Amino acid sequence: MGKTTTSAALAMGLAQRGHRTAVIDFDVGLRNLDLIMGCERRVVYDFVNVINGEANINQALIRDKRCDALYVLPASQTRDKEALTKDGVGRVLEELGKTFDYIVCDSPAGIEHGAHMAMYYADDAVVVTNPEVSSVRDSDRMLGILSSKSRRAERNEAPIREYLLLTRYAPERVAKGEMLSVNDVREILSLDLLGVIPESKAVLNASNSGVPVILDTESDAGQAYHDAVGRYLGEDLPHRFLEIKKKGFFSRLMGG
Amino acid sequence: MTSHPTAGADSPKPAFELKAATFTLPVIRLLGIDMDAVADQLGVKVDQAPDFFRNTPVVIDLSGLPPGAGQIEFPLLVGLMRGFGMIPVGIRGGTEEQHAAAEAMELAILGDAFVRRTPPREAASQPDPRPAPRPAASPASAVAEEGVHASQRLVTRPVRSGQRVYAPGGDLSVVAPVSHGAELMADGNIHVYGPLRGRAMAGMKGDISARIFCQDLQAELLSVAGHYRISENIPDEVKGVPVQIFLDGDVLRVEKL
Ligand SMILES: Nc1ncnc2c1ncn2[C@@H]1O[C@H](COP(=O)(O)OP(=O)(O)OP(=O)(O)O)[C@@H](O)[C@H]1O
Ligand SMILES: [Mg+2]
Repeated sequence: MGKTTTSAALAMGLAQRGHRTAVIDFDVGLRNLDLIMGCERRVVYDFVNVINGEANINQALIRDKRCDALYVLPASQTRDKEALTKDGVGRVLEELGKTFDYIVCDSPAGIEHGAHMAMYYADDAVVVTNPEVSSVRDSDRMLGILSSKSRRAERNEAPIREYLLLTRYAPERVAKGEMLSVNDVREILSLDLLGVIPESKAVLNASNSGVPVILDTESDAGQAYHDAVGRYLGEDLPHRFLEIKKKGFFSRLMGG
Repeated sequence: MTSHPTAGADSPKPAFELKAATFTLPVIRLLGIDMDAVADQLGVKVDQAPDFFRNTPVVIDLSGLPPGAGQIEFPLLVGLMRGFGMIPVGIRGGTEEQHAAAEAMELAILGDAFVRRTPPREAASQPDPRPAPRPAASPASAVAEEGVHASQRLVTRPVRSGQRVYAPGGDLSVVAPVSHGAELMADGNIHVYGPLRGRAMAGMKGDISARIFCQDLQAELLSVAGHYRISENIPDEVKGVPVQIFLDGDVLRVEKL
C-alpha cells in the first residue's frame, strides 16, 4: 500500500522545511516506521509506555539524526492494540501539539481500532491509495469513516480536510489497462490528488537502508513526495511521472 | 392426511417463521439531559408534523451527550415520548450506566451498525476557517433533528461506501457522487446530481408515487416502495445517462429523461 512509506516521507519533508514535526507509529504489534526511519536501534520507550505513564513523552521521542526538526514516536511491538485508548491517544497528541507544528500519524491497515485511533483526532487526513479497484474502494470507505467517526464529526465541527495520495503508480500498466489511471481514481473518489508517487525501486532501497525515500532526491519517488509536501503547504505544482518514461515515439503514442 | 408436508404427524402446523429484517427508524439524538428542554423542543417539532410521530418507533441516541453528562431520566423521557405518540424502542451509544438505566425501562440497547449518521455539513469547497463555528446544532438546543422533522434533506458531500443517508418524511437531494456500497433512502423522492453508483431507495414507507431522478445512473440497486431492480436488471442503454425511475403498476420503470 504505502502508508508508512508516505508517513515517513511527508514527515521528513515537512521537517526539512523547518516545521517541527513528530511522526507516530500507530501500528501496535507490527512496528516498522522506526525501520523505515532508520532509528530502530535507538528505541527505548514507545507510544504505549507514554500512554500508560511509564515514560514521559520526551523520553520516548527519538530525534532524527538527519533533521533536527523531526522526531519519531515508535509503536510498541509487544502490546496489544487495545493499549491505545482514546483518552490516552488524546492526551499524548495534546501534549505534542504544544511544541510541534505537525504531528503525522501512521495508521495501520484496515478500519479497526488502531486505524480509528490514528484518524480520530485528525485535522487533515491523507488517504493513501493504489491504482486498483479494491484499494480505491477501501479508500472510499475510509473517507466515509473520516467524515463520520472522527472527533470533528462527533462535535459537529468543520470536517477533516481530505487529501488523496496515489502511490505505486505504473504508467505502463495503466496503458495496458491493468491499473486505474489518475483520472479514474480522481473520478471515482471525487477528490483531487495531493500526489502521484510512481512505482519505484528507490522505495525498497530506501526502506532497506532506513532512509525516507524523500531524501533520495535523484529518484522519481523522492521527487514526487517532495512535490506532494509542497502541495500540502499550498504550492501549485503540476503532477510529474504520470507518463510512460520516454521510450520512443511509438510507445508514447500507445500510452495516450 | 392433510397436514403440512414438513410437519410430522405429531408436530403442529407452523404458527410463525423467524426472520431477520432491517428497518430504518427515526433517531432522537440527545444533546443534553435537561428533560424540560427536551419536552419543550420536542413539542414544537410534533406540532409541526404530528402525523410523522404517531405510532412511530423511535431510537434514542446518546452519543451526542457531553462526556460526564450524568444519568438520564429515562422514565420521564419515555413517558414524554409516548405522550407525543412515539414508541421509544431502544437506545444507541452512551455509557454502561446509561445502558443499565435504559434496560430498566425495557429499552433495547442497539448497536450503531444501522442508521449511520451523516453529519449536516457543507461542501469542503469553501475554505474552512478554524476553529470553526458550530453550524447546525447550537449548544442551546437539546434535540438534534436527525430523522425527526425533515421534509427535505440536502447532501453536498460525496456519500461514501458504507454510509447511509435517510430523509424521513420527504425528499433527498444529493449534489455529489454516491459511491458503490453507499445507500440513499427517502420516504419521498431521491434526486442525485452526480454519478449514482450505490443504492437508492425511494418511497421507503410505501409511497408508490415516489421517484428517483439521477444524472448518471450506475446504481447497484434501485427501489421504489419496495419494488426493486438490481444492477444486472438495469438495461445498458439507460446506464450513464440522466434517467427517472418510477413505478408503473407493479413494474419499476427506468426511463431516459
Ligand atoms: N512507490 C512505491 N514503489 C515501490 N514499492 C513501494 C512503493 N510504496 C510502497 N512500496 C512498497 O510496498 C510495501 C508496503 O509499503 P508500506 O510499508 O509503506 O505500506 P503500509 O501501507 O504502511 O503497509 P501496512 O498496511 O502493512 O502498514 C513495502 O515493501 C514498500 O517498499
Ligand atoms: Mg504501515
